[in-house]
Amino acid sequence: MFGQLGKQGWLIMKATSLPLALGLVLGLGAAAHAATLDDVKAKGFLQCGANTGLPGFAAPDNAGNWTGFDVDYCRAVAAAIFGDPSKVKFTPLSAKERFTALQSGEVDVLIRNTTWTMSRDTSLGLKFAGVNYYDGQGFMVRKDLGVSSALELSGASICVQTGTTTELNLADYFRANKMDYNPVVFEKLDETNSAYDSGRCDALTTDASGLYATRLTMKSPGDHMVLPEIISKEPLGPVVRQGDDQWFNVVKWTHFALLDAEELGVTQANVEEMKTSDNPEIKRLLGVDGTFGQAIGLSNDWVVNIIKGVGNYGEIFERNIGTSSPLEIERGLNALWTDGGIQYGMPVR
Amino acid sequence: MSDLQAQTDLYFVRRELAPPEPPPERTSGPVTWLRKNLFATPTDAVMTILALLFVAYALPGILEWALFKAVWDGADRTACLGDVGACWAFVKAKFPQFIYGRYPLEERWRVDIVFFLLAAGLIPMAIPAAPWKRFNLIFLMLVLPVVSFLLLTGGAFGLEEVETALWGGLLVTLVVSYIGIVVSLPLGILLALGRRSDLPAVRFFSIGFIELWRGVPLITVLFMASVMLPLFLPAGMNFNKLLRALIGVALFSSAYVAEVIRGGLQAIPKGQYEAARALGLGYWQMMRLIVLPQALKLVIPGIVNSFISLLKDTSLVYIIGLFDLLGIVRLNFSDANWATPETPATGLVFAALVFWIFCFGMSRYSQGLERRLNTGHKR
Repeated sequence: MFGQLGKQGWLIMKATSLPLALGLVLGLGAAAHAATLDDVKAKGFLQCGANTGLPGFAAPDNAGNWTGFDVDYCRAVAAAIFGDPSKVKFTPLSAKERFTALQSGEVDVLIRNTTWTMSRDTSLGLKFAGVNYYDGQGFMVRKDLGVSSALELSGASICVQTGTTTELNLADYFRANKMDYNPVVFEKLDETNSAYDSGRCDALTTDASGLYATRLTMKSPGDHMVLPEIISKEPLGPVVRQGDDQWFNVVKWTHFALLDAEELGVTQANVEEMKTSDNPEIKRLLGVDGTFGQAIGLSNDWVVNIIKGVGNYGEIFERNIGTSSPLEIERGLNALWTDGGIQYGMPVR
Repeated sequence: MSDLQAQTDLYFVRRELAPPEPPPERTSGPVTWLRKNLFATPTDAVMTILALLFVAYALPGILEWALFKAVWDGADRTACLGDVGACWAFVKAKFPQFIYGRYPLEERWRVDIVFFLLAAGLIPMAIPAAPWKRFNLIFLMLVLPVVSFLLLTGGAFGLEEVETALWGGLLVTLVVSYIGIVVSLPLGILLALGRRSDLPAVRFFSIGFIELWRGVPLITVLFMASVMLPLFLPAGMNFNKLLRALIGVALFSSAYVAEVIRGGLQAIPKGQYEAARALGLGYWQMMRLIVLPQALKLVIPGIVNSFISLLKDTSLVYIIGLFDLLGIVRLNFSDANWATPETPATGLVFAALVFWIFCFGMSRYSQGLERRLNTGHKR
């Protein structure tokens, strides 16, 4: 084939870089800044930074559509703005590139199980708009070990991923409680999990939501239990750029509206009937009374759109990670404050 | 009764062919084949027996996992729980996604056309007797990339625009590696010539380019493109992730191909250059007619080696949030509806099989090409 190249062949070979150069020019998008809500409305969709795959939070279904707890939060924000939960595009982001993507305006909002810490909140030019999932590090053990509390794990061998805050939290916890343990460390999360599954250690530790996901890939999930102790605080929430208060409010109040809707019993199924409710709180929430939606740059029926699109907080939780999903995570801390949890929606008034 | 008849009766004359004797035991037959190929020396015999023992040890387990205890059908993870082998139901449910990524369902015919055109271009290329090789090459190197670009991205000729974020799976693997190959071969040739050029500016540019791209890992290039680049650009200005990966992979691979080709150029005796000059050929004529045809033929194994590793390196685009075949298989491990102990193994075996098919195909094509171009150099 090489021997047959004529003069034309040479010219053509050089010309193949032309479409590449053209694409480079065309690929450069228009600049956008400051008023994110106006920009989002103008382009007609929300660009949401999502995880590159985390069971229950962001994962593709059989048809390739993104589904999950965080994904539904993106859809809720899109529904609040456009009245249509499908007007959202997802940018899967790795842990390393997530903040850059938000800072540079590549995504409008980052809803990617990101832990709210002081340094992230204060020094990255970003703002956390709430906590949609209270996570924390927990332990999983075999049921036949006969342990019912993490405080009984003294002397146990524990599988842990190295180089993570998980490893540090583990050391802190055992030192604080004056217990001994044998860390069995691994470089990768799946190695850690399979080592535990094959019986190389007594307990496995990582974030509680991760423990439930791990249990799905075990040979006999019924033989394992997650201990009740949570030894670290991992509040996960949506993040926006600092300095755009209007956009910050839209995301923050979408979160509160989802919580308020659950508290007031407004569900995806009954949201239309609820509009005729006599309860003044429901009337205000659903925009029958007042102009709370307009005040943050949306329409007054914004909450109706959210709930119609994705349901309330409880429904999102149940569908993706709760007891009706394969993950079967209990509400725990994420129950409403009225049910013994700490999820507390600020009042709409 | 004539004399003649009497004579033939007296002498024995064979009227039909004797049945052929079987060949000697030592030169043919299965036993001899075995003795020659598998048990020629005591070492061979030991190796053969060890290999057979290993096959006997491993094969039943592999077959049981991959075939006999495998789950072929099922709607979700419950089908693949319990004491089962490979969860092929997972691959079956996700197969369209593994091929097209999240390309919109109603637009997938466009991808099918591109796959068909690719096959239509490659198959006659691989058949020595097929005519129009030059047009075939022009089609593959120039027409196909442009047509595919228009078809896949859309936004013109009444086609709906499909953003590259939705592309995935085998489509991305093939697009990245194909563009990488099509760009890096000509660019690599130019760089190799440039590095041996007498013009200092050209030479130093080529050396600088090659050493720069060869000196950094592909992962670093991709990370720079996805993490650093957005910080340098004005806020809100993005350019396409796939394009970033394409440029990175193509330039990276060009540097490697350039060095492979330079090896071929160095193997051509000086006499060839001098003879070409003596015939009055100019630089480009000399290269095109005398030097490159010989040099490229010599380095076919090296070039194909580069292309095979390029095909496999496309998996690295996973780290910038693009999902090639391997990336999308791994992404689907996070679907809680399919999370089972067997899902990861099954998915990875499937991905490995697809990669192997493409790499093996490239390898066989290059071997065929070498045989065909082997004009009197056989050793």
